[in-house]
Amino acid sequence: MIPKAFILSNLQGLPFVSPEIILTATIILLLVVGVVLPRYRLVFTVLALLGLIGSLLPLWKLPPPQPNLTYLSGLFVWDWLTFFFKPFFVVAGGFVILMTQASGDIDNVEYSECTILVLAVTMGMMLLVASKDLLMIFLAFETMGILSYLLVGMRAGDVRSGEAALKYVLYGAFTSGTMLFGFSLLFGLAGSTDLMEISRQVVAASQNSQDKILLIVAVLFFLAGLLFKTASFPFHFWCPDVYEGAPTPITAFLSVGPKAAGFALFIRLFYPLFTTGAQGGMYESISGLDWPSILALVSALTMTLGNVAAIHQNNLKRLLAYSSIAHAGYLLMGIVALSDLGLRAVTFYLVVYLFMNLGAFGVVAMVANGGGSEEIDSYRGLGSRAPYVCVAMAIFLFSLIGLPPFAGFVGKIYLFAAVIYKKIYWLAVVAALNTVVSLYYYLRVVKAMFLEKPIEESQMQISLGSHALLLALLIPTLGLGIYWQPLAKVVSGMF
Amino acid sequence: MVPEHILSWMIFFPLIGAGLILLVPKRYPTLMKVIALLATVPPLWWAASLYVGFDRWGNGFQYMEKVPWIEAFNIHYSLGIDGISIPMILLTALLAFICVIASWNINEHVRGYFALFLLLDTSMVGVFSALDFFLFYVFWELMLLPMYFLIGIWGGPRKEYAAIKFFLFTLVGSVLMLVVMLVFYFGSVEPATGLHSFDLTILADQSVHQAFLQSHTIRWLCYLGLFIGFAIKIPLVPFHTWLPDAHVEAPTAISVILAGILLKMGTYGILRISYPLLPDMAREFALFAAILGLISIIYGALCAMAQQDMKKLIAYSSISHMGFVMLGMSVFSNTTAINGAVLQMFNHGTVTAMLFLLVGVIYDRAHHRDIDGFGGLAKTMPVYAGYTGLAFFAALGLPGLSSFISEALVLVGSFQQYKIITITATTGIILTAGYFLWTMQRVFLGPLNQKYAELPDISLREAFTLTPLALIVILLGFYPMPVLNLIGTTLKHTVAMVVG
Repeated sequence: MIPKAFILSNLQGLPFVSPEIILTATIILLLVVGVVLPRYRLVFTVLALLGLIGSLLPLWKLPPPQPNLTYLSGLFVWDWLTFFFKPFFVVAGGFVILMTQASGDIDNVEYSECTILVLAVTMGMMLLVASKDLLMIFLAFETMGILSYLLVGMRAGDVRSGEAALKYVLYGAFTSGTMLFGFSLLFGLAGSTDLMEISRQVVAASQNSQDKILLIVAVLFFLAGLLFKTASFPFHFWCPDVYEGAPTPITAFLSVGPKAAGFALFIRLFYPLFTTGAQGGMYESISGLDWPSILALVSALTMTLGNVAAIHQNNLKRLLAYSSIAHAGYLLMGIVALSDLGLRAVTFYLVVYLFMNLGAFGVVAMVANGGGSEEIDSYRGLGSRAPYVCVAMAIFLFSLIGLPPFAGFVGKIYLFAAVIYKKIYWLAVVAALNTVVSLYYYLRVVKAMFLEKPIEESQMQISLGSHALLLALLIPTLGLGIYWQPLAKVVSGMF
Repeated sequence: MVPEHILSWMIFFPLIGAGLILLVPKRYPTLMKVIALLATVPPLWWAASLYVGFDRWGNGFQYMEKVPWIEAFNIHYSLGIDGISIPMILLTALLAFICVIASWNINEHVRGYFALFLLLDTSMVGVFSALDFFLFYVFWELMLLPMYFLIGIWGGPRKEYAAIKFFLFTLVGSVLMLVVMLVFYFGSVEPATGLHSFDLTILADQSVHQAFLQSHTIRWLCYLGLFIGFAIKIPLVPFHTWLPDAHVEAPTAISVILAGILLKMGTYGILRISYPLLPDMAREFALFAAILGLISIIYGALCAMAQQDMKKLIAYSSISHMGFVMLGMSVFSNTTAINGAVLQMFNHGTVTAMLFLLVGVIYDRAHHRDIDGFGGLAKTMPVYAGYTGLAFFAALGLPGLSSFISEALVLVGSFQQYKIITITATTGIILTAGYFLWTMQRVFLGPLNQKYAELPDISLREAFTLTPLALIVILLGFYPMPVLNLIGTTLKHTVAMVVG
């Protein structure tokens, strides 16, 4: 017999999961439409977008986020992190669906499944960011993970796509398993799967030398899963192959969606569990457990490795894959800063990164579609054949380098500020020098587009919709670089 | 007519021009050029009115504008000029106007060229008038983008290499500056509001520096970071290798801007940021900087002597001349040297601009710049030879022409503090005279190279670009007070502040 109070409390929690419910309904609808009206791309796109927008509407009706507002038996929490990242993932999903619509990478047969999977991954990410229970975290993590493996292997018959999916699955399975083992250790220590309960027990456990060893092992195992999702050293090996093999819009999705989810999870797990609370905007890692130093090292290695390896890439998707590894390294700077400023930096940078990275991948997809390829050589002289697209690409790349007046610069300022505030000067200098290294390979693309002679003269055909999509990504990339006070206010309100 | 926010107008007026150029259809290239020219005329007029209206005896900043920009970081859009910035702003307005005329023969991707050029203009005036460290940094970096494309698209045969080398070198300096900028931001607390600050006038107040920013190691490292950043730009030996490449490949007008204005940003940055923020370190680094200046003087001159390419020769001569600026700026025992240094910044701007324009003239006709490939040109191009003679004599420091006074002031001033360095630096002048005269001899004198017997003399447009500069060079050679009056008061306070 289920107690009435339990049912009631769960009913009250339903509005909080309404975004996920709406997305699920959309998915079911699309499954039906897929049987009735296959091969009508526009129908799927419109329905999926309506579903995504619809899933956001309930957010404004809900009470303002509070750190202790839990729902559905305490599995989820309605705090600023949840409130911020749900729309974030919706925007990412929406842009990816538009990009898929515009791109020829996915043919009509697979289009319906692709749309549905993107929606489902989006839902998984939304659940993940709201979870405050180890079990729920793992479930959502795997929902996101397994469905993205499918997305990578979307192109039936394409060997590279299949190889990429297999690599992703093998790495993913291994690291998820490791992370789950970490969870079980933590459960063993705390006797609960609830993050708040665990965080209370962890402080006690850190006093006891035997428990402390377990704790350290648990942290390391956690790290495996998170570093895998964010494509950080030493779990980055899958990234270039998967990014190259996957259809370009999906690559774009992986580089912003699950990566951002990984960082949201970093904040969700590491800050309540392994720090002793905020004082004046600063956190302390719990005694004897120096994970920030480990992460600082990981951060430096990740960005250096990503940038150095990117120099020699001739395939633009691989180049952007290594660049996304490097960006994971930059983002980790915000995590190791152990301050509210650091957390703001991470969220701010993720927003900026969303637009500029989607933009860069969007251009890759459009150029490949318009008769070019993903090799840098095919970008030679493209500036005169497709001027608008190339100027957009140059802006996205300059933003990725972190040059003013583009949004990437402000994001970098935030991250640099965070580590300098924490007085980790060496990391700031490493990141600064990495910026210079990254300039070289991003400029290889710019150079090919504008400084070299075209391989052919004909204008490249790019659809009007693609241009509009690029414009929608350009506006925030430029706008947030010139005036970012509104977003600065949002992220300051969060932490 | 002087508008209210004159500095903002000067910064953003060219940008409006750039926007208009983008709207012009492709088939009207001349219209684009006219718009570009019109976009540089009002700033020139406003610069003249600044010159007239500038209070020569007032200490502190004038024509200030301050609006909050990003409250979350306490960043302000804050502008103002003092005696250090006003000669640079005058120079920028003048050279921008001249360079648009000098670029009239650009016929490839006209729209892109002039739009980027005007963006460059905006960023340059911005650098020289920003009083907020963050704003300064934004303009400083903004300058890189148009410069990269201007060298990379319209440049010579090795343009790609030169463009990326320029970009990489400068960015190394910028990112170091960025780190230092943030250290200062967190190391300072504005007394009125209790917030961190990017405001250069507040950061210059040593009492706002918090404990960790008072530690000697941090200050030393900060100064070093800034110094490397600015030294790359000046460029001081050993950070100079990007300059000859960039100059050789850049189109004429861009070489003019590069040598005339961009190099000054390095020394300007030291005066505007390093000295006020870290006066104690400025004293500590003075000898080191003076020695680097000396090395630049001698090494630049020696390298210039070995060059076959005229542009490379002038590039190395720039390194040598900027060495004098650095030497003069490192003297704090008197104000003579630093006055000479800032005057030299201005004079070098006009003289090198002339030199590069002159090389551009001959390159347009002969399509090469090989010094030994000419001979006897004075016969076919007498007017050209006259202008070149004037520019060369000005560059080598002939009395009666502008550079003589500035170099003499630097040497007179620095002799009081660094005797051996100054004596050695003087040999740089002899070397300079050597390579300029030798070049003169090989290009203009001797038997006429028949290949170039038919070269037309200088055109009206070219004469129009050269004449204003030539007049300034002669005028300041006889009577430097128009500039010295502008800079004197501010520099007196700068030296007093550094000495403490």
